[in-house]
Amino acid sequence: MQITDTLARPSAARIPWLTIGVWGGLAILVLVAYVRAPQATTAVLTSTIRQSTPIILGALAGIMCERSGVINIGIEGMMLICAFLGFLFNVWTGDLILATMGALLVGAAVGAFHALMSITLKVDQIIAGTVINILAVGLTGYFYQQGLTTRGKFSPVSIPVLADIPIIGPVFFSNPPITYASLILIVVIHVLLFRTAWGLRTRAVGEHPAAADTVGIAVNRVRYINVIIGGMLAGLAGAFLTLESVGSFERNMTNGRGFVSLAVMIFGKWTPFGAWGGSLLFGFANAMQSQIQFLKNQLPSWLAWIGDLPPQFIGMLPYVLTIAVLAGFVGRARPPAAIGKVYEKE
Amino acid sequence: MERAESQSPPQADRLAPVRRLLRAMIVPVASVAVALAIGAVIIALSGANPLVAYSALFEGGLGSGRAIGRTLEKATPLIFGGLAVSLAFKCGLFNIGAQGQLLLGAVFAAFIGFSLQGLPAVLHIPLALLVGAIMGAVWAAIAGMLKAFTGAHEVITTIMLNFVAFNLTDWLADGPWKDRSPGNIVARTPAVAPEARLPDIAGVPLGMILAVLAAIAVWWLIWRTTIGFELRTVGQNASAAKYAGISVRRMTVLAMVASGFLAGLGGAVETLGVVGRFQPGFNVGLGFQAITIALLARTNPIAVIPASLLIGVMQAGASRMQFNSGVASEIIDVIQAIILFFVAADSIIRWVLRLRAEEGEQVTLSSGWGS
Repeated sequence: MQITDTLARPSAARIPWLTIGVWGGLAILVLVAYVRAPQATTAVLTSTIRQSTPIILGALAGIMCERSGVINIGIEGMMLICAFLGFLFNVWTGDLILATMGALLVGAAVGAFHALMSITLKVDQIIAGTVINILAVGLTGYFYQQGLTTRGKFSPVSIPVLADIPIIGPVFFSNPPITYASLILIVVIHVLLFRTAWGLRTRAVGEHPAAADTVGIAVNRVRYINVIIGGMLAGLAGAFLTLESVGSFERNMTNGRGFVSLAVMIFGKWTPFGAWGGSLLFGFANAMQSQIQFLKNQLPSWLAWIGDLPPQFIGMLPYVLTIAVLAGFVGRARPPAAIGKVYEKE
Repeated sequence: MERAESQSPPQADRLAPVRRLLRAMIVPVASVAVALAIGAVIIALSGANPLVAYSALFEGGLGSGRAIGRTLEKATPLIFGGLAVSLAFKCGLFNIGAQGQLLLGAVFAAFIGFSLQGLPAVLHIPLALLVGAIMGAVWAAIAGMLKAFTGAHEVITTIMLNFVAFNLTDWLADGPWKDRSPGNIVARTPAVAPEARLPDIAGVPLGMILAVLAAIAVWWLIWRTTIGFELRTVGQNASAAKYAGISVRRMTVLAMVASGFLAGLGGAVETLGVVGRFQPGFNVGLGFQAITIALLARTNPIAVIPASLLIGVMQAGASRMQFNSGVASEIIDVIQAIILFFVAADSIIRWVLRLRAEEGEQVTLSSGWGS
C-alpha cells in the first residue's frame, strides 16, 4: 500500500483551490467576452479546442512513454510520418476512417521502432527520438509529391440537443471525430494510468523498475507496450493534422507541435488532465494567432496595439509561451524517477 | 588486450595510434556504407536507378574543380554546426538549436556588413564575424541559463528558440533591415559592403580556413585547458563534478555560450562568404545535419571536418543527382538519418562485425527533464 502512495496518484483529499480559482476566473472572463462579442468569442474558443487537439494527443503519447520510464522526443517525427501516410492512405482509398486506422498502425510501428532503439539497442533515448525526427523529415520530404489531390477531410458532427447550448454547444459538441476522440482519450488514459492494474504496473516500471521486476512485472514488455501505445496516440495527432484539420499534407507541417506537447506534458505534471489544461493554453495562443486578423476591429481601444503587431511577433507567441511554461514548471514537477534509464537485470 | 599491447616492442607501439584511429573509424565508415546501401534500396523502390543517382551525386560533389569548390562551400557551415553540437555534447548538453543560433549570427553579420560603409576590410570582416558569433552565443545562452537556473531541458528550449529565431530574423529582414532598393519586394537585407566579403586566400575560401582553425581551437579547448577538463567532467558525471567543486551551472552556461558562438560564427561566415546578404529560409535543416555530423565524428572536433565534407559532398551533388536521375534531393536527408541511426545504435554494427564495445568516454544525455 505504501507503494501506491508514492506512485504519484493525484490526491483526491485536498481541494485544489488554485486550480478552481484559475478556471473559475477564466470562465467569468469568457462569459464577459461572450456578452460583449458573442461571435468572436465562440470563434476563438472553437479554434482553441481544435488547435489544442494535436497537442493534447502528443502530450498523452508522451505521458504513456514517460510514465513507463522511456523519454520520447520523437513525437514530432511520429506525428509527421503518420500525418503523411494518413494522407496517402486517404488519397489511395478515399476512406477517411481507413486512413485514420492506417495512421494508427504506422504510429504503432514507429513507436515499436523507438522502443527497439531505446530499450533493446540501448541507444540514448534522446538520440533515438532525434533519429525518428530526422528520419521523418527526410522520408516525408522524399516521398511527398506535389499535386496529390486531397480526397476530403472529416467534417464536424453535431451532437443533437447538446450542440444547441450557447458557447458550450458549438465549442464542445460540434466537432469532427478525432477531436471528440481526443477528449475521450484524456479520460480513458487517466483511468488507465490511475485506476487499473496496467496503470499501476506502468507507473511502477517508470518509478522503480527493479522493485517492479522483483514482484514479477516484465519491465521491458510493459515499456514496449506503452511506447507503442504512445506511438499510436502520436499517430492520431498526425492523422488529425492531415485528415481533420488541413485536409492535405505540407512539408514539415507539424511545426514543432510534438515539442510543444512535451512541454505541455511537463506542465501537466505527467497527468492527462493537467496536460489538457496546458494544451488549452497553447490552443488559445494559436487561436489568437489565427483569429487576430478577424478580431482586429473588435479589440477594445486599449488593446488595439495588438492588431498592429507584425505577424512574426504573433507567430512567436506559442514558442515563447512554451519556453516560459517549461522554465516555470519544470523545477516544481517531478518526472518519473527511472526516466531515460535502460533497465538491466542484475 | 590493452596490457598486451603496452608490453609489445616499441616498433609496434609506434603504430598503436594508427591502429586506434582505424578501429575508431570502423563504425562510422560502416554506418555510412550501410546507409548508402539502404538509400539505394529506397531509390530503387521509387523507380530510379541507384547507380545513376549515386554517380551523379558524387560527380556533382567531387567531379570537377567547381564541384569541389561547391562541396567546400557547403561543408563550411556544417563544420561550424558540427563543432557547436560536439562541444555541447562534451558537457552533456544536446544543442538542437544550432539552426537558430546560426540565423542570429547570419542576420547580425549581414547588418554589420551592410550598415557600415567605407571601413577597411581588416576591420570590417572581423567586426562582422565577431558580432555574428556573439549574437549566436547570446541566443544559446538563453537556453543555457534556463537549463542552469530553472532546469528547463535544452532539447525543448533550443527547438523553441529556433522557431522564435525564424520569426525574429524574418521580421528583421522584412521590416527594419529590409532591402529598400527600388524593385525589391522580397524579404531580404541589403547586400553587405564589398569590404566585408570574405576573400579567398591562396585559392581557399577564408571561411573554410576559419572552420578548420575553429576545429583545432575547439580540440585545444576541450583537451588542453582546465575549462575543457571541467566541461568533460560535468558531461560524464554532473554530481561527481559538483562534488569535485566544479560549478555545474557555470559550465552549462559556458558550454552553451561557446556552442552558440560557433554556430553564430558559422552563420556569419556563410553570410559574408557565400550569400552576401541575409534572406529568410537560409540554411534550413542545418541544425539536424549538425547533429548527424557530431555523432558521426563521435564528438571529436577534428573528425568533424571529414564528416562535414562527406555531408557537404552529398549536398553539393544533390541537385546534379536530381537533374540526371530524377531522384528527389531529399533522399540525402534520408541517408543522413540512416547514418545517424547506425552511428547511434552502434551495437548493431558491432554485432555484425563482431567488434568489442569501445571503452572510453560515454556521455549520457537522457538524464531526465529535471536537474
